[in-house]
Amino acid sequence: METYTSLRAFADSWAMAGLFLFFLAVVLWVFRPGSKKVHDDSANMIFRNEDMPKGDEDMPGGDGNGR
Amino acid sequence: MLAGVKIGAMGALTLLFAIAANWGHEEVYRFHAFLLMAVSAWAFLHAIRTADAPAAPKAALEHEYMDDVIRYGVIATAFWGVVGFAAGTFIAFQLAFPSLNFDLPWTTFGRLRPLHTSAVIFAFGGNALICTSFYVVQRTTAARLWGGNLAWFVFWGYQLFIVLAATGYILGGTQSKEYAEPEWYVDLWLTIVWVAYLAVFLGTIVKRKEPHIYVANWFFLSFIVTVAMLHVVNNLAVPVSIWSSQSVTLFPGVQGAMVQWWYGHNAVGFFLTAGFLGMMYYFIPKQANRPVYSYKLSIIHFWALIFLYIWAGPHHLHYTALPDWAQTLGMVMSVVLWMPSWGGMINGLMTLQGAWDKLRTDPVLRILVISVGFYGMSTFEGPMMSIKAVNSLSHYTDWTIGHVHSGALGWNGMITFGALYFLVPRLWKRDGLYSLSLVSWHFWLATIGIVLYAASMWVTGIMEGLMWREVDDQGFLINSFADTVAAKFPMYVVRGLGGVLYLAGGVIMCYNLWKTATGATSTSRPAQAVPAE
Repeated sequence: METYTSLRAFADSWAMAGLFLFFLAVVLWVFRPGSKKVHDDSANMIFRNEDMPKGDEDMPGGDGNGR
Repeated sequence: MLAGVKIGAMGALTLLFAIAANWGHEEVYRFHAFLLMAVSAWAFLHAIRTADAPAAPKAALEHEYMDDVIRYGVIATAFWGVVGFAAGTFIAFQLAFPSLNFDLPWTTFGRLRPLHTSAVIFAFGGNALICTSFYVVQRTTAARLWGGNLAWFVFWGYQLFIVLAATGYILGGTQSKEYAEPEWYVDLWLTIVWVAYLAVFLGTIVKRKEPHIYVANWFFLSFIVTVAMLHVVNNLAVPVSIWSSQSVTLFPGVQGAMVQWWYGHNAVGFFLTAGFLGMMYYFIPKQANRPVYSYKLSIIHFWALIFLYIWAGPHHLHYTALPDWAQTLGMVMSVVLWMPSWGGMINGLMTLQGAWDKLRTDPVLRILVISVGFYGMSTFEGPMMSIKAVNSLSHYTDWTIGHVHSGALGWNGMITFGALYFLVPRLWKRDGLYSLSLVSWHFWLATIGIVLYAASMWVTGIMEGLMWREVDDQGFLINSFADTVAAKFPMYVVRGLGGVLYLAGGVIMCYNLWKTATGATSTSRPAQAVPAE
């Protein structure tokens, strides 16, 4: 029971605060200045490398998109 | 050397399963041992036949994506989907017409119900998640799947798990944990397959050629890791004998209930939500041909969702022996969870900003968008039902069943259909789908089916909840349980009809995908490039 009580006390104090601070830090990091360019690039990743893995630009007839 | 080890191991396994088939205590155990003996005997012969086959040149393969395993996954998804819908429709009619149980042990509702839930969640949903995650992770990391044939092991190993689970239910083998019914040896097998899945997925991310990890992969990865953790902890048990399917769980009483619903609700949260959100973040932007509405929001969505979901499980145990504080915690976390869920829904829907006209011409996009709509509906309904006062009316009634199905049929089913319609022309290298009007038929059949299902379950659920608590002026209950069962009959028939419509849509999809894959020329393909103006 001692273990339960101490773990319980830890969970609803330091652990909860730690998780919450981590989450706040993620939100602040997302809105950091200059992140827009990175995020725009990331959002458009899905429109690249459709047909074959990267690094094959020198393959015959390929620009990385199989075109 | 490796081939020798393989031959020896498979031979030893075949022998072990032959012994188990002889010594097994229960019918289901002996049947499974026999099945596994056949599988390992096949693997033994296969290892001998391919012992001195030359290995495929690795460098050549690195120039292409590993798509053959995804094609198999697409076929398995469509197949298990129809099987699961058919099983669900059948047991829906069993509830309306009990004579459909046929008085046989193998066809009773109690055995077919886990067959239905596992078929749709794990066989249909699981195959959809595995094949779409393999597709998405390759395209967004610009790298071939890691691990060579390990991806094939994941695919076939997972099918073996499904067959073991399904045949086990029919023969009466169950450890009676909801959504975790398979016995200990099946659980062990799934653990091995799942670790291999994690290795393939993570290995591909590690060797990625794009610096950033696209948000869909974050959702897929959290789904794989969390499901591994949930599965292992919830299934901790000691077998009564190595020759028996029976086992004793490690968690007694209310702790066992809490672990079970920590597992159960996070199976919803990470299997049916996080994994499928990974699909949403890839297939909706791709089909709409626009990047996701807000990439910032998608990152916040991810962290908020995974931090909150894990606490919501106790809402399955309201008004039980579970301590009050834990019930309240589950309720509060479920209500808070509404926010990230709707954040994700808004992100998915707003991706169409400036391209809403595509909904008129593209039925595949329509299917993807309505799935997000159903996601929003059921993630509002769920938090509301987790509030204790609401739960006292809704719990143990058909309202819960309706809620689950508006999520499963609407969100998981529809987004999977959209993904399949997206994938098949690309994987089989066709210009487009065989028929877009059949996609529209599928859309309307499935949507009307869901509406019939959800509406009838609301009516019957609230009705039965009110009947259960109705008392006369002396404080005596007015209705017996059988009264509520009789009153529910018409709604059960409507629910079954909804299932028939949904199943019919699934069959039409299979026909359409089959025609697309085999290269039949379309009769009704509208010109995509014609502007709306």
